[in-house]
Amino acid sequence: MTRIEQRFARLRTEKRAALVPYVTAGDPEPAATVPLMHALVKAGADLIELGVPFSDPMADGPVIQKACERALRYGTSLRDVLDMVAEFRKTDTETPVVLMGYLNPVERMGYETFAEKAREAGLDGLLTVDLPPEECDEVAGLLENAQIAPIFLVAPTTSDERIAHVARAARGFIYYVSLKGVTGSQTLDTSVIAERLEAIRRHTDLPLGVGFGIRDAETAGRVARVADAVVVGSAIVRLAEEFDGDPAGFAHAASEVVAGMRVEMDRVRASGVEASV
Amino acid sequence: MSKIDWAAFPDARGHFGPYGGRFVSETLMGALDELQKAYEQYMGDADFMAELDHDLQQFVGRPNPLYHAERLSRELGGAQVYFKREDLNHTGAHKVNNTIGQALLAKRLGKTRIIAETGAGQHGVATATVAARLGLECVIYMGEEDTRRQTPNVFRMRLLGAEVVAVKSGTRTLKDALNEAMRDWVTNVDDTFYIIGTVAGPHPYPAMVRDFQAVIGREARAQHLEMTGKLPDTLVACVGGGSNAIGLFHPFLDDESVEMIGVEAAGAGIESGRHSAPLCAGQPGVLHGNRTYLMEDEHGQIVGTHSVSAGLDYPGVGPEHAWLKDTGRARYVAVTDDQALEGFHRLTRTEGIIPALETSHAIAHVLELAPTMRPDQSIVVNLSGRGDKDLNTVAEREGITL
Ligand SMILES: Cc1ncc(COP(=O)(O)O)c(C=O)c1O
Repeated sequence: MTRIEQRFARLRTEKRAALVPYVTAGDPEPAATVPLMHALVKAGADLIELGVPFSDPMADGPVIQKACERALRYGTSLRDVLDMVAEFRKTDTETPVVLMGYLNPVERMGYETFAEKAREAGLDGLLTVDLPPEECDEVAGLLENAQIAPIFLVAPTTSDERIAHVARAARGFIYYVSLKGVTGSQTLDTSVIAERLEAIRRHTDLPLGVGFGIRDAETAGRVARVADAVVVGSAIVRLAEEFDGDPAGFAHAASEVVAGMRVEMDRVRASGVEASV
Repeated sequence: MSKIDWAAFPDARGHFGPYGGRFVSETLMGALDELQKAYEQYMGDADFMAELDHDLQQFVGRPNPLYHAERLSRELGGAQVYFKREDLNHTGAHKVNNTIGQALLAKRLGKTRIIAETGAGQHGVATATVAARLGLECVIYMGEEDTRRQTPNVFRMRLLGAEVVAVKSGTRTLKDALNEAMRDWVTNVDDTFYIIGTVAGPHPYPAMVRDFQAVIGREARAQHLEMTGKLPDTLVACVGGGSNAIGLFHPFLDDESVEMIGVEAAGAGIESGRHSAPLCAGQPGVLHGNRTYLMEDEHGQIVGTHSVSAGLDYPGVGPEHAWLKDTGRARYVAVTDDQALEGFHRLTRTEGIIPALETSHAIAHVLELAPTMRPDQSIVVNLSGRGDKDLNTVAEREGITL
């Protein structure tokens, strides 16, 4: 079993949903990232999504755009991000880490080199927002050999036919983008999300995560009712801007947000409702 | 090389060899499928094509002339130089050939809102123009830096009823305007049609924009045959994203005797690093929905570009050009800001035509190329746009306040 599979198996027996915080690597400065990852785990994170900074983050809203810009002030590269994962793994061998970013830095490194370095670093998954399953053939085999799960998105606009296609290519978990728009957008309707998750479950046994637009503990709790994993990005990254120049303050504030979500998600699940997986 | 069946590209998934494709977030995949179906359906639909032809004739003013620049040819003392006069189109550039076509598609798809990115503002103006005519809401994204360089076009777009959003992220030029337009599209995908202004972006845009621009090469080919009884020896066009160049080149791809040259912007010089010449000095990567030649650093971050002309100031290029380069069917060169300015003045004073700064790059190359050829040979140059929008930039560079 991979680390991701082990983690979801354990959560299932505990009847809890996974809490997945997203942070951009190198934001607000490279030295802050590994301690931040450990702090998030301590605060209740089950899996960490680590953003790879990119100069042209087309699928991201202003909050994560600015995070990329802050990280790129220090030239944080994909190589640096993999080093951070390796550093994190020295003391945490259980928490899965998934990279989230855009294809070009991976393409530039070379898929073979990436797969090899990622395996050595102890990376568990890769989510490239601009790589749909149709274009993935070349990469899929290399990732498979390195035991790196390709994570794919399903959107509100994804047809049933495409969901089947995505489900065939996906490993680890499937990430449902809960609204049309970029990261950090507003408003969530959990009844609509629940319906869509049902539609996806007809095609896969993989755990289903939900992200985009989860900004507070209350929303995280509502989503945890219907999903296997709750992904929180902009609500945390927003704090990095506030605490630019104060990495310890950022880690503390981010941990509080994560801890608050953890409590609410567990409370909701303990009150008897659970995802249908 | 002669074995390549050019009509077979792109393949069903939008690939030109290793280039092109559809590298976008999942939310847009459905909209791109819908667009591809509509485009394939209507390109074979007699009513649609008749309406397109009618608009190109009555609204754009096609066909425009293939003009034999006799004085310039004589002065250069080599090949005969012919200009395909896209500058005479309504709105003053080739861009409108494409916006007319895409706006008709938007209407057929029932979309009520049009968005576009623009660099020089020519595509923005051409989009705002057709949106006004069809009564569609229109939002244009333009890098803040470009809104300053191209103020007359910003005013034109606003007069036409478009909302112009000055994009303040990244390098504040064309690539950032494209990012922002993509973000808008992903948010408003149900009612919004994104009119991309060049042969870049995810499939089917590179093929669709090419097909709308290919009217340039079809006309030029027929006109040259009629005027001289033979095909031209060489085609020359400037390359930003590559739409005016592919529009001229594409109908000649099977004519093996015809040489094709795309001219990129060398800015302050290739060796200075301050340029916009991905085909001459970049390498393959993935940006804005397709795989193509890019300007990037060793870590795959896209780097800032520079050109005196806003319309060439872009770190990527259409995937079909990447393929034409690799197969050797076309070749690509670059000319500097200073050379382009020379081309600008030379054409203005010799032929009484003030070209756009983008176009001036193609002209600058012809100034070098024509004298190396014989007087019984000919060059067709795409005169992609007129220079009214650039008067401020030219004056400023020469220390003149208007
Ligand atoms: C007159 C003119 N020529 C050329 C270009 C470059 O675009 P493309 O390479 O797509 O023709 C532009 C872009 O704004 C333009 O306005």
